[in-house]
Amino acid sequence: MAIERVGDTSYRMSGVYVLGTGSVVGPKEGNGPLGQDFDRVWTDDVRDFPTFEKAEQGLLAEAYDEAISRAGCGWSDIDLVLGGDLLDQTVTTNFAARTHQRPLAGLFAACATFTEALGLGAMLVAGGGIRTVLASASSHHSTAERQFRFPLELGYQRPPTAAWTATAAGAAVVGERRSAIAVEAVTLGRVIDIGGKDPNDMGSAMAPAAFDTIRRHLDNTHSVLRDYDAVFTGDLGHFGIAMLRDYGQDHGLKFGEELDDCGRSLYQQGSQDTHNGGSGPGCSASVFAGPLARRLTEGKLTRLLLVATGALFSPTTYQQGESIPCIAHAVQLVREEALG
Amino acid sequence: MDEEQAQYQKRTQQLMPPRPIWRNLIWAFLVGGIICEAGQLVQWFFVNQGMSTEAATPPTVVVMIGLGALLTGLGIYDRIVKRGGMGGTLPITGFANAMVAPAMEFKTEGLVMGIGARLFSVAGPVLVYGMSAAFVVGALRYLFTGVA
Repeated sequence: MAIERVGDTSYRMSGVYVLGTGSVVGPKEGNGPLGQDFDRVWTDDVRDFPTFEKAEQGLLAEAYDEAISRAGCGWSDIDLVLGGDLLDQTVTTNFAARTHQRPLAGLFAACATFTEALGLGAMLVAGGGIRTVLASASSHHSTAERQFRFPLELGYQRPPTAAWTATAAGAAVVGERRSAIAVEAVTLGRVIDIGGKDPNDMGSAMAPAAFDTIRRHLDNTHSVLRDYDAVFTGDLGHFGIAMLRDYGQDHGLKFGEELDDCGRSLYQQGSQDTHNGGSGPGCSASVFAGPLARRLTEGKLTRLLLVATGALFSPTTYQQGESIPCIAHAVQLVREEALG
Repeated sequence: MDEEQAQYQKRTQQLMPPRPIWRNLIWAFLVGGIICEAGQLVQWFFVNQGMSTEAATPPTVVVMIGLGALLTGLGIYDRIVKRGGMGGTLPITGFANAMVAPAMEFKTEGLVMGIGARLFSVAGPVLVYGMSAAFVVGALRYLFTGVA
């Protein structure tokens, strides 16, 4: 394996593979259009766990188990766990680490955490030394609601641009052993603040961050949008994708059919009452670890650019009138057979 | 805010999917109206039991708060407000919802720091500014009419 810096802070690598992925989602996500493609679907979003927080830890633990067993390895083969979640002090990832007892580096990039973990993991493996990394991200609708919004039973109306935090966890084992999906390049994002202040409209706030990372990734790797079968953003949702297309057009990048969004794909907008679509770190993590990894493995996709997007605000900052800084990290994945 | 930010925010407003204002208004009218009619029926019940209209008000309020709390506990009231908006939030049943919802949510953090501390997390501002407004109006009334 090898890694080289290309252009302005992108990294191209060889000999780094996704050995296995695990995706576990709640009942609402299981009833969505991608429901069949997840490894496990919970029929109840808390099961027997006494708190929502413990339920989210359970979700993540199951995603770990799925990813490790599909990678054909054991916990002792994992050199480092990289991951994060939305909750204060990233408690889900930290508390789940009490059980697995492998070295942990906790990350936070809000809903962009999964590609941050996957990208960093691939770079570490490519650099040598660390052999196998487990990258993950998770979220739970009920833990995020109580931290960022209101109690579940409180009645209020959500505007059309509001996102629905997904109850989902995704994990991927990254290592050197030749496998069906290879990591080709990574571009880490810059913080872009376009002045959006509405936590009920994170899609439009995040779109310029997604654009910035995609633009830099294409420039640095000397590729064009046509080189990818799919470019999946994390959780821009219906409105955020419309804003990204519009913003791209204005800045000389015309997106075509290849552009899609994990959050937009996760639910049936009309019947599932999810407004702008899914969000949360678990959204892009589970959509990659389940449906997208499956499509790459089965040959329905050859080259994928996964660009998870994160709104880096807290309830305190928006109450204080601060605008929402956003970030997006991109990981380029390719079907191994296409490498030749 | 620099020019690009201002331009982008303007574009956001232009492309943003519209809120269904008219549909929301009609639902708010219907839901709010039904809740008020229910309150009226309860008051008539107490008046029929021989109470004066004025004396019937406190027990009516108690019954409506109880109903709001019960429907919150059963997981129904948030769906009523989702349709009815302010029609469901503004009546006293909505106030009950704002008290019971955090009590249910934060019971996992214990009786003191959970339920006790969080009970007024949603309804608190209503109480603070409701009482402040009552104080100002009462002071003005005293100033102009001399009646306390």
